[in-house]
Amino acid sequence: MKKWLTLILLAGISILSCEKLLPPTPAEDELLDGPVPGLSGEQNLRFLEGDIAFNDEVFTPQTGLGPLFVATSCGSCHAGDGKGTPFTTLTRFGQTDSTGNYYLHLGAPQLQHRAIPGYTPEALPPDIAFSKLTPPANTGLGYLDLVSDADILAMADENDTNGDGVSGIPNWIKLPGYVKPRAGAVIKNGRHIGRFGKKASAYDLLHQTASAYNQDIGITSTFEPFDTYLKQEVEPEVSNQTVLDVVFYLQTLKAPLQRNPNAPDVHAGKELFTQIKCAACHRPELKTGDSEVAALSNQTFYPYTDLLLHDMGSALDDGYTEGTAAPAEWRTPPLWGLGLSPNSQGGRFFLMHDGRAGSIEEAILLHGGEAEESRNLYKALQASERQKLLAFLESL
Amino acid sequence: MNKYVYAIICWPIFFAQTAITQSDSTAWLQRVTADTSKPQLNMDAVYNRPFLQAGKMPVALGGYVESKVEYLRTDGISEGWQFQMQRMTLFVSSSLHHRIKFLSELEFEEGTKEINIEFASLDFQFTPLFNLRSGIVMNPIGAFNQNHDGPKWEFNDRPLSATQLLPATFSNVGLGIWGKIARQDWVFAYEAYLTNGFDQQIIENNENKTFLPATKNNPGRFEENFNGVPLFTGKIAVRQRKWFEIGLSTMQGIYNKFEEDGLRFDKKRTVRVWAVDFNLSLPKTQTSLNGEWAWVSVDVPGTYSQQFGEKQQGGFLDVVQPVLKGKMLGFDNAVLNLACRLEYVDWNVGNFKETGSNIGDHLWAIVPAVSFRPSAQTVLRLNYRRRFQTDLLGNPPALTGGFQFGVASYF
Ligand code: HEC
Ligand code: HEC
Repeated sequence: MKKWLTLILLAGISILSCEKLLPPTPAEDELLDGPVPGLSGEQNLRFLEGDIAFNDEVFTPQTGLGPLFVATSCGSCHAGDGKGTPFTTLTRFGQTDSTGNYYLHLGAPQLQHRAIPGYTPEALPPDIAFSKLTPPANTGLGYLDLVSDADILAMADENDTNGDGVSGIPNWIKLPGYVKPRAGAVIKNGRHIGRFGKKASAYDLLHQTASAYNQDIGITSTFEPFDTYLKQEVEPEVSNQTVLDVVFYLQTLKAPLQRNPNAPDVHAGKELFTQIKCAACHRPELKTGDSEVAALSNQTFYPYTDLLLHDMGSALDDGYTEGTAAPAEWRTPPLWGLGLSPNSQGGRFFLMHDGRAGSIEEAILLHGGEAEESRNLYKALQASERQKLLAFLESL
Repeated sequence: MNKYVYAIICWPIFFAQTAITQSDSTAWLQRVTADTSKPQLNMDAVYNRPFLQAGKMPVALGGYVESKVEYLRTDGISEGWQFQMQRMTLFVSSSLHHRIKFLSELEFEEGTKEINIEFASLDFQFTPLFNLRSGIVMNPIGAFNQNHDGPKWEFNDRPLSATQLLPATFSNVGLGIWGKIARQDWVFAYEAYLTNGFDQQIIENNENKTFLPATKNNPGRFEENFNGVPLFTGKIAVRQRKWFEIGLSTMQGIYNKFEEDGLRFDKKRTVRVWAVDFNLSLPKTQTSLNGEWAWVSVDVPGTYSQQFGEKQQGGFLDVVQPVLKGKMLGFDNAVLNLACRLEYVDWNVGNFKETGSNIGDHLWAIVPAVSFRPSAQTVLRLNYRRRFQTDLLGNPPALTGGFQFGVASYF
């Protein structure tokens, strides 16, 4: 009997010491969540506060949800900070050119097609043009936020003076009162350069966050005090502190890390990426200016975007637009984190603004307009070259 | 449930007249032990507990305590060592008349974070087949909800399907009838209650999902019925004395506030639960199997997204195998068991309208265990837990693994 007990005890202890039974941390480059390296202790604390508000705070009617809404928390749409799926899309309607949105009285620009019990959600007016937008990843936004307007304008080429078929223009947007222009902001006709969102119609992370609370969850703040149902100013339902913590969280979410950058195929693919002019829009390298967050100041980073709008051709033209963008124009999405997209999209790819592309290759083949030449160059590649390009894109 | 343990700790106060009470060493305190002569059902569990009785006083006291230490890690992140006082429960039972009984169960969860009256009801027996029960009753959904005492189980955690899908332990103010009838080796039983029920928190909660247990956050639920509509809970069960018990149960109610002050603002929205439970003991090997499966369907407003599931399901299966019995470490009737639990919960059954792919929001777990019972009322248990939890969108699951060691005992 004693022997048995000792045996079982020993077995128990050896099990306890077996690390394999405790699930290990996935490799750092497999994860999107986590702060930029080099934050101070107090910055880590604020990051955590923001992380909780972003991922865990679920709104209910008791805490202000709705009455009209699209989802109940930031994290419902931005799972694991990665890209979303057609299930988590936003629908926008009512604006067809740069003169503005004429359907504000019907709930435009954003459709709030869900409502708390007892309320009737919005419906799209008949025969109206609309865009469905899948959530982009939220990684590395702090770096993008710190690219100077001058750098963005230097990449623009409105009249295609260099004759490469790629123009690229900023979206000039009107700022709401609570958004402070950044240092060195360039202003044209009273409008500023937008950089977040698929049409680059949000100026900075506060602008994006305050409107997300308001438009996506039906949560008012001192920044965005108008309730989307009453269309009246109501009490704030989220504190400034929480909004600012979330902004800090988004600012300091790390940039995705490239996997296997030195694998030969990846290396070759990167060359091809530049050769076939993908990099004309998906700019590999940008730099930040000064920031109060030391870890973000004057950094070089690799997002594969120019933050500019490009005419992508009629197939991607939904007829809806924002700011001074034309309906066929979309902001170049950063490609960092591309290979990790399926980890937040339910194991599949949903690429392009509405998730219509089921694979990276499909996404490339949907490129038109300014990107038509680049797409044709891709089509002209040999199968082995395409493989290399895809290996590179998946490593991002 | 381990039949062996069952038999020893069972003592039906109900049949107090026929039971033999044994004297404990204390002069005036008597430990009321088991009556193995009657086949017991899950529904008898509230009364089938060890009690202490002082002299001829008609009041008996009992209770149990359950605590554990665990080290779990989810994808490399751990909260470290966690020592938890899961719960301490006190029972008081009294016999006001040989056919009028009172039993209450007061539970302190996680220190004093939650203090619940799990059960506080009066039973009037008219005939064995017809008893009236009123007070705070335990809704007889599945088997775990009624038969949940920590010391009866070989696992430190309650089954996830019982606490995260069904709201165990779920009790409400209400009244109802129950009864049973025995024929040779068979017992048939029924229960039917009307109680206060669910509220809107099942779709308005921090879990961001349809979540029946959220109703328990409503502190007013023992004094007020959220919407004035009673929740019906009914169960029928059959036991074959030597082999098995099988139960079929349901809860049917309305969870939303559809009118107030005579003003109507929504339609009545239903919540329906069905559950089957069974336990089986194989006399030859003394293996016991115990399981439960539940289906939930909730009328979620059409204006909500598919984030909130209309259909849910889940259950568990426990297998317990005694491997050593007899004198161990100086305990005369000690038992050493090997056990394993498999459990599964899907909070959102169905496919996304937009993509056609399966809606995630499910988990499953496997929990191998070793348990040592120095006596039937006390258990020391070592569990390894491995859990795979998939988010709503069906992304790669979060993997949790770790060890739990705990003690549970009646006192
Ligand atoms: C209903 C789903 C949904 C919810 C809820 C939601 N978002 Fe978004 N989010 C989106 C979509 C879709 C976009 C793209 C919008 C666009 O292109 O204008 C987006 C864009 C963003 C961006 C811009 C990222 C970029 O690369 O340009 C940020 C930042 C962001 N959301 C933060 C938030 C925060 C903070 C919350 C919570 C307060 C939130 N979101 C809630 C769907 C959602
Ligand atoms: C003229 C500018 C331009 C060029 C050139 C270009 N792209 Fe794009 N790319 C875009 C824009 C704009 C989008 C977003 C379109 C949308 O959302 O509908 C996009 C989207 C993508 C996407 C999908 C990203 C996502 O998150 O959904 C991938 C992948 C991609 N491009 C790869 C490439 C590759 C590879 C090349 C070279 C063959 C290339 N692009 C050339 C502008 C360009």
